[in-house]
Amino acid sequence: MSDSLIKFEKVTKIHNGGTVALDSVDLDISNGEFVSIVGHSGAGKSTLLKMVLAELYPTQGAVYVDKDDTRHLSKKELVQLRRRVGTIFQNFRLIESKTVYENIAFALEVAGMSDEEIEADVPHVLGLVDLQDKAEYFPKELSGGEQQRVAIARAIVIQPSVLVADEPTGNLDPINTYEVVQILKKINDLGTTVVLTTHNKGVIDSVGSRVVTMDGGKIVRDDKSGQYML
Amino acid sequence: MLKSGIKRVVRSGVVGFFRNAFVSVSTMLVMMITLFVIGVLLFMNAALTSTLEQVREKVDINAYFLTSAPEKQILELKSSIEQMPEVERVEYISREKALERFKARHKNDQLTLQALEELDENPLGASLAIQAKDPSQYAVIAKFLEDKTAVGEGEQQLIENINYSQNKVVIERLSNLTKAIEKAGVIFTIFLTVASIMIVFNTIRLAIYTNKDEIEVMQLVGASNWFINGPYIIEGMLYGLVAGLVTLFIFYPLSIYMSSSTEVLFGAFNSFTFYINNFGMLFKYLVGSGVGLGAVSSYLAVRRYLGV
Repeated sequence: MSDSLIKFEKVTKIHNGGTVALDSVDLDISNGEFVSIVGHSGAGKSTLLKMVLAELYPTQGAVYVDKDDTRHLSKKELVQLRRRVGTIFQNFRLIESKTVYENIAFALEVAGMSDEEIEADVPHVLGLVDLQDKAEYFPKELSGGEQQRVAIARAIVIQPSVLVADEPTGNLDPINTYEVVQILKKINDLGTTVVLTTHNKGVIDSVGSRVVTMDGGKIVRDDKSGQYML
Repeated sequence: MLKSGIKRVVRSGVVGFFRNAFVSVSTMLVMMITLFVIGVLLFMNAALTSTLEQVREKVDINAYFLTSAPEKQILELKSSIEQMPEVERVEYISREKALERFKARHKNDQLTLQALEELDENPLGASLAIQAKDPSQYAVIAKFLEDKTAVGEGEQQLIENINYSQNKVVIERLSNLTKAIEKAGVIFTIFLTVASIMIVFNTIRLAIYTNKDEIEVMQLVGASNWFINGPYIIEGMLYGLVAGLVTLFIFYPLSIYMSSSTEVLFGAFNSFTFYINNFGMLFKYLVGSGVGLGAVSSYLAVRRYLGV
């Protein structure tokens, strides 16, 4: 475990209201890992992920992504960082005014890829999430599971070094949940680090890899090949 | 990278413009009202200026000379008046010309004409009609003429009378009225323009408000600010362009329809002639302010949600 990708060093986060969201958290995630973060609502899972994206900054301690300290990033470096981190959310967060194809192409456009690369890559990831025939649909014309698959396609098309998924199956039924987890596993097998938060026992059991359990802003368990224990 | 970036921003803006057809149409309608107000103000301003100009031209002061005044001296006086900076134009009406005009004016009045025939000599003196650049300057010119009237010893009196004092009240009133109208016009224009700009700004801000989440998602995907802002600015400029062009063409039938009434109301001002002669100026103001307004409003609106 020498190849550290994400590193939390004694990170404490106190929100403006005085709530302690994270309390002196140490966490090291290596390249190629599949890490599930579990815990009750309010345990600090989402705060943790937001820090990887540099949406939030630690009150104390430091967060390193690819060895970059998130607190010392210029605006430009911040944009660069976000292009290396793919993100998936519980509520999908697709761009409603763009088609499936355009949503995925947008991630490549902002990364400055050429039109030829975009025309080659978008159908490829659409195939990966099995949505080739829905390319010209708008998000609201799709089911929840399909929307999440579009979000996954958008996240992985930029070939991120890490894929961060905040409750990706929170709004999905068991069948769609299973499909999404299978896709995430496939992406991990292809070499991308995956960090996901969940409170779905089924998800953890079917992944069968490292599980970090959080409670009250602290990491209470860290199992290398874990089960859901709360 | 930059070139393809610009291309993408423009394409995305144009696509957004057509996709949000309903929002686009309503935003453009609001913009058209604003631009229409600006257009009407341009017409009003031109009509008022032309009316004031006409009234101003009708006002002059006249210096009437004695019949005995030699023409040479009158012409000398004329050229010295012409050199005054306040003077716009001086017209010399010779004795013969005055007689001609008198006859023309009384051509249906046999009695007067007959009385004129009885005289061996032309009873009318020459005169100078003087027009100032500004109504307020008549006082200075009158003063100058009065000084000339007060002849020194050994000099011959030339001017019999100056009609300034008779016209004084009218001239002063006109001068005040002109200033008041111009001042009110400026205030009115500023007020209406500011009000309508705020309405457009708010409309665009509301239209973009619905895209607030989208802007956030774009940021999370790693889009730079100009990449997010750019398409909205292009969209705003398109609203302005279309609204400006439509407004410009609305004025075409409108100015024809209004031309006869504007002529009655404002004298020589014809709205259609004005439209045709000043098409370039109107195009510049209406389309230009539409495009500018759209771009600035979109930029400011998106900026709010970019958190910069």
